[in-house]
Amino acid sequence: MKPILRFKNVWVTYGDKVVLEKVDLSVNEGAFVSIVGPSGAGKSTFLRLVVGQEQPTRGEIQLDGAPLNAEPGRDRGVVFQRYSVFPHLNAFDNVMFGLECSGSRLRGRLTGARRSEARDAVLAMLETVGLKDAARVFPAQLSGGMQQRLAIAQALIMRPRILLLDEPFGALDPGVRKDMHVLINGLWREHGLTILMVTHDIKEAFHLGSRVIAFDKRRHDPHAPHRYGSTATFDITLDHKNRRQVPPELASLASEDGVSPEPSSPRA
Amino acid sequence: MRRLLNVRPKTGERILIGAAPLLAIGLAYVAVSAAWHSQNPSEKILPPIDAMMDQIRIMAFQRDSQTGTFPLWQDTFASLRRLVFGLSIATATTLLLGLTIGILPLIRAGLSPLVATIAVIPPIAVLPILFIAFGLGETAKIVLIVVGVAPAMTRDLASHVASLPEEQLVKAQTLGASTWQIALRVALPQAMPRLLHALRLSLGPAWVFLISAEAIASDVGLGYRIFLVRRYLAMDIILPYVAWTALLAVMLDVALNTVSRRAFPWAHPSAR
Repeated sequence: MKPILRFKNVWVTYGDKVVLEKVDLSVNEGAFVSIVGPSGAGKSTFLRLVVGQEQPTRGEIQLDGAPLNAEPGRDRGVVFQRYSVFPHLNAFDNVMFGLECSGSRLRGRLTGARRSEARDAVLAMLETVGLKDAARVFPAQLSGGMQQRLAIAQALIMRPRILLLDEPFGALDPGVRKDMHVLINGLWREHGLTILMVTHDIKEAFHLGSRVIAFDKRRHDPHAPHRYGSTATFDITLDHKNRRQVPPELASLASEDGVSPEPSSPRA
Repeated sequence: MRRLLNVRPKTGERILIGAAPLLAIGLAYVAVSAAWHSQNPSEKILPPIDAMMDQIRIMAFQRDSQTGTFPLWQDTFASLRRLVFGLSIATATTLLLGLTIGILPLIRAGLSPLVATIAVIPPIAVLPILFIAFGLGETAKIVLIVVGVAPAMTRDLASHVASLPEEQLVKAQTLGASTWQIALRVALPQAMPRLLHALRLSLGPAWVFLISAEAIASDVGLGYRIFLVRRYLAMDIILPYVAWTALLAVMLDVALNTVSRRAFPWAHPSAR
């Protein structure tokens, strides 16, 4: 397995506030990495680094062995918790958007034979995520779950090297969330995707992920809590045996969101 | 007993309730006018409806003996022409500035203090400068409308574009869109309904600036006529002209709203 994404001694600081410290990890191609941790532990900052919305203060991030492009780009697809789709485009045009932008630099629109070619790909992708019958519907008329399906389709059609999910199912009802788990798990297996998912829901993290990374502060100064940053304090690759079992070190995260667990065992 | 704030009129009731005050004012006018005229038949301040109708007939359907034109239509055409020119230029300026200020931090840093400064200058105070610079012709009146409404429209559009969710812009970039493509296909379509909304709100101020400019220096136009006949206390012309101006403003407003609903249905979810 070759690493697709690599963090080398990455630090993020704002003034004297340390958010992430000494993050060293690599992600293999085809992995489904769940990222968990209490609120404010830097999991979103971690994802923003990969998306390219933020740059590390120190250290280096590599994608496929080369330094990561410092702004968002086609090699990294993303699905946010909200606002991931364009409200002024219907479902079909939302998925078409990426193809049109890469196909026509000036007008950002495809016509003629290239459009009908793209059209087939878009319809196939809509069918894959179960939105075949909603192609002409605007996002405002889609349910929350359907909007996230659309956001996934929109990202996947560009065949990104890595798919980044920022609490993608956090705003959904439990039943809908279960359907989305089935969908994303199926897509991951069938298309051999590499996925990084930030989630608050530790059961979701263990249910979906092939690897779970927890971010937290390793050290704590009660008089200056901002002086120490978070890092990957827990890192486990799941096989079928330990799958779906939340280990005792992370139990406190499962019971209550935002409560910091005791400093846990170093990375496995 | 339901709370007052939960009592919602049905569509029919709403139209009825809305028409009632207008109707009441009309009826009150007729009654007061009749009472005054029964005491003093030459009274000019509250002319009866039929006197106004006579004047409308003269202004709208009789050629003026000196100019050979129909004054009402000539005034209406001249005023609407100025208004449409001014608002078109203001809208185009707003679209260009508002979009770039909203989407490009560099342009925002450079231009938004300038726009904010221009926006706080009272436009009527600039009117003498415009007359000196552009003469007393059409240009000064059109520029007054542009200067009067464009800065506020620009600020509104820029802040709307700047508040597009960051997630959308990042998503577009991950789909390979360039700055130009994001401006064209993400920001512009979402700015358009807001632009039309800002234009609707600007109709009121635009009319104020138009009538002011026409009142001060003009030889044709609705504002010119109203201020001209004021010298003769000709309320039987002034009142129909004011009503006509109001009707034109309402029609423009309704037209813009209709365009927005037709062209951008996704921006009017309640309309579907």
